[in-house]
Amino acid sequence: MTAETAAVVRPARLAAWRRRETRWAYLFLLPWIVGFLVFTLGPMIASLVLSFTSYDVLSSPSFVGLDNYREVMSDPAVARSLGNTVFYTALHVPLAMTLSMGLALLLNRLGRRSSGFFRTVFYLPVMTPPVAVGVLFLLLLNGQTGLINAALGLFGVQGPNWTTDPAWIKPGIVILSLWSLGSTVVIYLAALRNVPEELYEAAKVDGTNARQRFRHVTLPQVSGAVFFTLIVNTIASLQMFTEVYTMYFGNKQTQSGSSDAALFYVIYLFQQAFQFLHMGYASSLAWLLFVVILVITVVQVRVAKRFVYYESENS
Amino acid sequence: MPVRPRVLVPLALLAAVSVACGGVGGSGGGGGDSDGAGGAEPKGSLSTLGFGLPDEIAKARVATFKKAYPDVSLKINEGGFDAQQFLSSVAGGNPPDLVYLDRNILGTYAERGALEPLDQCVKDRAIDMAAFRPAATAQVTIDGTVFGIPEFLSVRVVIANSQDLKASGLTTADVDASDWDKVSAANAKLTKSEGGKLSRIGFDPKLPEFLPLWARANGASIISDDGRTATLDDPKVVEALSYTLSLVKQEGGWSRMKSFRDTFDFFGAKNQFAQDQLGAFPIEDFYLNVLAEVSPKVPIVVTSFKDRQGQPITYSTGLAWAIPKGAKNPDAACAFMQKMTATDTWVAAAKAKAKERKSKKLPFTGVFTGNREADDEIFSTVYQPAGIASLDNGVKVLRSVQEHAFSLPPSPAGAEFEKAWQDAVTRALEGRQSAQAALEEAQQQAQKALDQAAK
Repeated sequence: MTAETAAVVRPARLAAWRRRETRWAYLFLLPWIVGFLVFTLGPMIASLVLSFTSYDVLSSPSFVGLDNYREVMSDPAVARSLGNTVFYTALHVPLAMTLSMGLALLLNRLGRRSSGFFRTVFYLPVMTPPVAVGVLFLLLLNGQTGLINAALGLFGVQGPNWTTDPAWIKPGIVILSLWSLGSTVVIYLAALRNVPEELYEAAKVDGTNARQRFRHVTLPQVSGAVFFTLIVNTIASLQMFTEVYTMYFGNKQTQSGSSDAALFYVIYLFQQAFQFLHMGYASSLAWLLFVVILVITVVQVRVAKRFVYYESENS
Repeated sequence: MPVRPRVLVPLALLAAVSVACGGVGGSGGGGGDSDGAGGAEPKGSLSTLGFGLPDEIAKARVATFKKAYPDVSLKINEGGFDAQQFLSSVAGGNPPDLVYLDRNILGTYAERGALEPLDQCVKDRAIDMAAFRPAATAQVTIDGTVFGIPEFLSVRVVIANSQDLKASGLTTADVDASDWDKVSAANAKLTKSEGGKLSRIGFDPKLPEFLPLWARANGASIISDDGRTATLDDPKVVEALSYTLSLVKQEGGWSRMKSFRDTFDFFGAKNQFAQDQLGAFPIEDFYLNVLAEVSPKVPIVVTSFKDRQGQPITYSTGLAWAIPKGAKNPDAACAFMQKMTATDTWVAAAKAKAKERKSKKLPFTGVFTGNREADDEIFSTVYQPAGIASLDNGVKVLRSVQEHAFSLPPSPAGAEFEKAWQDAVTRALEGRQSAQAALEEAQQQAQKALDQAAK
């Protein structure tokens, strides 16, 4: 084979190899693709169809056009549950991100061994089943005998009735949500570990203080991770279900007498679907939530373009 | 215009949650002693949903069925009735052969065509529906057609702390609800606070769940007899709610009272009577059994709940067996329902339960089966007084109120109706609405749900 022939054959072989590689890649991706089509995209299309029907599972669906969506717009419980959910999200997300960043910064200052220990300690609560967390916090938040009010009492503060006073139910749920900060802490810690030390050294040479270094070096360097957790935490907050359902709606006893203040959007959706058998209406509720999440995420992505620093783009 | 998304249905169920939750032998027909003649000898597999084997009452009855029908392979799916599981199985074309569910929601499924009418089964197996308590039968019969075979009659009575009553110069007549002024006065005397915190609830009216009882005691009902018209805005219902709200207000308000109530060790030895945290409350009959087990010598007294004319009255609920549409082995299912609710089966179960309690040196407080014949047989041949006055008297009261029981009729939107009135009571308890405004709003919601479901 001459050098010229080899030069022609090499790109062709490379292309073929690449095609084979592509095929292998798709083969390995196939289980996920099938799973996505069957268990996510298919059901999404089905639920979109059902959202235009009246359907109780027990009999055939009947087409009702946009009636379900009109009902969604006029149902006061939709506005109430959406309001509760957005209120919770607005409180939970910034608080969780700020606390997580604080904890990650502290962990970052520790030695590798003790950092590993505390990282595990902070992550362990994430492993607790959400149902158990719900039950646990019913006890912790009890206005009469709960540990949280007992702790406030040490500082002379008489805590509220977190689980029974409508004004304090959502703040109580926000406290509960901080139980599982671990995931965000771990993500931030990983991001902090990746900040090049020489940037801090250069900033020190420039005479910056710790606050300035955090503002002008750390934050830009971890902004990608911050943005990721903002998106993920916002979506998870808007879909809050298990812990609150366990606390306030899990059985007949807890459900009777539970305040509207704990009626989160997905709980209302679940009630419509599986308690009242309004599958068509529940599907339209699901699509409204989908749109709400989509809009919020798009806004976040747009805004993030101005604030998030990606090293790869820069290079 | 009907559409046919059979294939899409299971996917849609997933979607509604995933898109949003994402990340969302030979004796006794029911009550009688007939042989169940007329039904073919059942065989094959028989699956149940909503039924478990938590105690001797369930285990002994299942054993009786297995002995009588050895050719039936019984598959008990342990756990309570799960609507999501039931709907998924129906949508998937693979429903269980039997469902065991709360009688309050049976009407919803029956009126939507999810349950088989049982008239032929009742006839074939000679199940004597007249043997069941009327309050139980009423909940499983829609327009004259039987859709379920009832089990148990859970009634409400008043249980009070006898020491507290005595110390406050009160008697059971002050807390039996016949005289609302007396109840208020007793509540004021029995309620205690220490250090700004509630330390004893005087009289807990058990809101929201006991509103139907208070309304009936005031001469009203929250729904029409046919289960199709809500009557939540009836002035007498409003009056009953207003009165019970006043009791909660006496105790410092809902938030404070519920917060304290949530701390009760309800099923434990340190329960609210043992800890002197409660003066009196209306409660389901099962609670006497709980107290007999965890603290049999706690100072309690049981009395019937009375209407304002002084007559005993009790709100009843219970469970029922039903056969879903599409069940593969309805013959065996029918035989099972007949056998499980037959007098002889209940008596055998009561004997097993009494024996078990005796072996544990615990008092046996009887079984209230919803079947009048079975109850009579159990209390005349199996039950023995425990020798503890409070419990023995309690059992007498429970027996005496059985014939005074009423129940809510089957409704096409049982769950929605219940949610509407319970939410209304909660809004009023939280002080966000007056009793009148809350019940008027609930009336609109409930009637809308009933009308939509009846279409």
